Amino acid sequence: MLSRIAESLFWIGRYVERADGTARILDVHLERLNHLPASEQRTVAQELLGVMGSQSDKEDFRLTDLLQSLAYDRSHATSIAGSLGAARENARRARETVSSSLWECLNTTYYGLSQHRKDVVGTYRFCNWVLERTAMVRGLADTTMSHDEGWLFLVLGRSLERADMTARMLSTREVHTAGMSWVNMLRCAGAYESFLRTRRAAFDDRHAAEFLLMDRLFPRSIVYALRDADDALAKLDPSDTRVGFINDARRIVGQTRTFLEFHRTDDLMAELPEHMERVQRAVAQTSDAVSRKYFNRADEQAWVGEVS
Amino acid sequence: MSDLFEDYSVAAERTGAYDEMFAPRQAARPSYGHLAEALAGLDLADVSSRADSMARTFLDRGVTFDFAGEERPFPLDIVPRIIPADEWSVLERGVAQRVKALEAFLNDVYSKMALVSDGVVPRRLITTSQHFHRQVHGFEPAGGVRVHISGIDVVRDSAGTFRVLEDNVRVPSGVSYVLENRRAMAKGLPEAFSQQPIRPVEEYPRRLLAALRKTAPAGVDEPTIVVLTPGVFNSAYFEHTLLAGLMGVELVEGRDLICRGNRVYMRTTAGEQRVDVIYKRIDDDYLDPLQFRSDSMLGCPGLVNAARAGGVTIANAVGNGVADDKLVYSYVPDLIRYYLGEDPIIANVDTYRLEEDAAREEVLDRLAELVVKPVDGSGGKGLVIGPDASREELDTLRKRVIADPRGWIAQPVLQLSTVPTLSGDRFGPRHVDLRPFALNDGDDVWVLPGGLTRVALKEGSLIVNSSQGGGSKDTWVLAQSSDVPIEAEPRHSISIRERTSVWPVESNWRDRQAEQQQQ
Repeated sequence: MLSRIAESLFWIGRYVERADGTARILDVHLERLNHLPASEQRTVAQELLGVMGSQSDKEDFRLTDLLQSLAYDRSHATSIAGSLGAARENARRARETVSSSLWECLNTTYYGLSQHRKDVVGTYRFCNWVLERTAMVRGLADTTMSHDEGWLFLVLGRSLERADMTARMLSTREVHTAGMSWVNMLRCAGAYESFLRTRRAAFDDRHAAEFLLMDRLFPRSIVYALRDADDALAKLDPSDTRVGFINDARRIVGQTRTFLEFHRTDDLMAELPEHMERVQRAVAQTSDAVSRKYFNRADEQAWVGEVS
Repeated sequence: MSDLFEDYSVAAERTGAYDEMFAPRQAARPSYGHLAEALAGLDLADVSSRADSMARTFLDRGVTFDFAGEERPFPLDIVPRIIPADEWSVLERGVAQRVKALEAFLNDVYSKMALVSDGVVPRRLITTSQHFHRQVHGFEPAGGVRVHISGIDVVRDSAGTFRVLEDNVRVPSGVSYVLENRRAMAKGLPEAFSQQPIRPVEEYPRRLLAALRKTAPAGVDEPTIVVLTPGVFNSAYFEHTLLAGLMGVELVEGRDLICRGNRVYMRTTAGEQRVDVIYKRIDDDYLDPLQFRSDSMLGCPGLVNAARAGGVTIANAVGNGVADDKLVYSYVPDLIRYYLGEDPIIANVDTYRLEEDAAREEVLDRLAELVVKPVDGSGGKGLVIGPDASREELDTLRKRVIADPRGWIAQPVLQLSTVPTLSGDRFGPRHVDLRPFALNDGDDVWVLPGGLTRVALKEGSLIVNSSQGGGSKDTWVLAQSSDVPIEAEPRHSISIRERTSVWPVESNWRDRQAEQQQQ
């Protein structure tokens, strides 16, 4: 398929997942933030913003600014609205490749962005709505597109972003004052119930962390997401089946995954922020490697303006 | 009939135009009988809510055109335009005839120029045409076809006669709305479909693909076909995606292509892949910076040489613009007689050639009552409507015509026919044109049964251009003649009543902007 289109699909996968992840994180943290006194609220809000890869130089940073930055600001793809706008724009450029129901879903979502109250109460509803819409996007992509190369790029983008978002979420645990309980963290990832079923009620923080980091059956765990990414990469490059050269993207994904899988949980927990940062770095590197291998075009063509 | 049509006839008659649905003081024409019945069962709230939901659907589905950077849904009116079978058969043959003549003309222009040596047209006509491209002179395009896709604009004059307004054989657009309008109407007004056989339009993409495949370069068995778009900011981008999607082929931008050794390739995740047929939706001028505008980033350097060497088929062929020249248009009836030995089936709109002294004298005397158009303009650019122009404008025009008679043609102001169109709380007569689309695979010309009916949504306006507030209507070609009126007696609700004229009939001559092409 066209490199340009493959790139668009990859980014649709990433942006939609980013919107979903950001909505989950915002939703859960909003509740806690509301309980804090104003001064603390400011610090924590800014820290959260930092973890999400954004920052503000605004002196008097308020909760409403956080909402603007993470939910409604359309000019940056770090916000939910920005991500969904970017996903829709990519779908518009790849419109003949994505299914029409997927395109329409992204398009109507985009038009729905402006129909929400931008205060705290409205944001809860907004986050819920985003979770529904992104679930619909994923469902439509999986059920109305052939699981061919184009879909694999979408899945690859989605898996990488998911690993990244879970890593960010675990980092927010270190946003100390608002220190999230592991129970809330699990809720945040939509993992609480499946975790309980796995562990019964007999668990402590360590088990919860383990679950989100490396449960092999829960789709939002980092290890699961990285394995999904690896599967997609393997299918995209079927020449890689035997010993020898493995492409950069697969090497980075594989190394990161096995590091987590075979590391002692206690050690991981002791240095959680460092490890989570490492996961995020690996995702960025993988993304670059995929770009180089599949999307690279000759840079802007240059020619002499000679008319024959 | 509901009172949505109250006073319709009065208003329709006052425009002085031919109304497609109602003859003066009569019930609906036979072809509109079933539709009239279906509409009679609806009240205003019902009609409005259906119209709203159709508009909403278009926005959701992204059936939009780009207007000054903003995506706008193309308004679709709920009343379709209906063409009875017998009228369509004339249009169909007339359009095909015209396409065949233009194909022969372009072949001749870029090779022997027999039409000049035989005295059909003066040599100057060709060589002074803005879009006559010497770069493509003297070679047969791969696949042997030049006019793969065409859109021939026709209008109906006040006597009800169809006339050709202009030919579009470069990159005619609008067929996507034909396909989308039908889908939307099936949801918006389902009752109207059940009573009569309406010829389907959805085979267009399949036919288009077949025609493109058939004109692939020699020796290519399984041609790779692509649609070439200038990109997401082009006003017809939606159409490009729709056609590529429905044909199941890649939609490429210039930057996706590379030319090497007179072959064209596209950059894919699996490396470079050869492209055999390009359905280009870019103007010639932007297609190849080596041949045309060197500052264009939209095309791909080397395309024209590849086409010249027979390595790739470009549809439509480069250089077709000479056939769109409005002075050339005035000769098309002659071209039909010359190349095909037939009489034209659809007449032209009467056209003055300003290079001829007598014609120019007359036009200069009557500037205030004619439409004067630049021969290479598009989108209504540069056109002057005599009845609407100030004395100053007319004086300027006079000077420009005298300075460059080749650059202009003049035509009488035509009253385009009207179709009832929802406006506020009732239906009012609105002017329409029609763009049938034809596909030429080298052996046959196939005309899509229907075409794009554009409608001027503003009362009295003759501007149907989408960028100027125009909308569209679904165009129904009936499969069988329906010459038995279902309702014989005239109804009072639509009979003519004496009434003070709200606006003079002449005002319909205002805003005359016959240059409706969307190219």
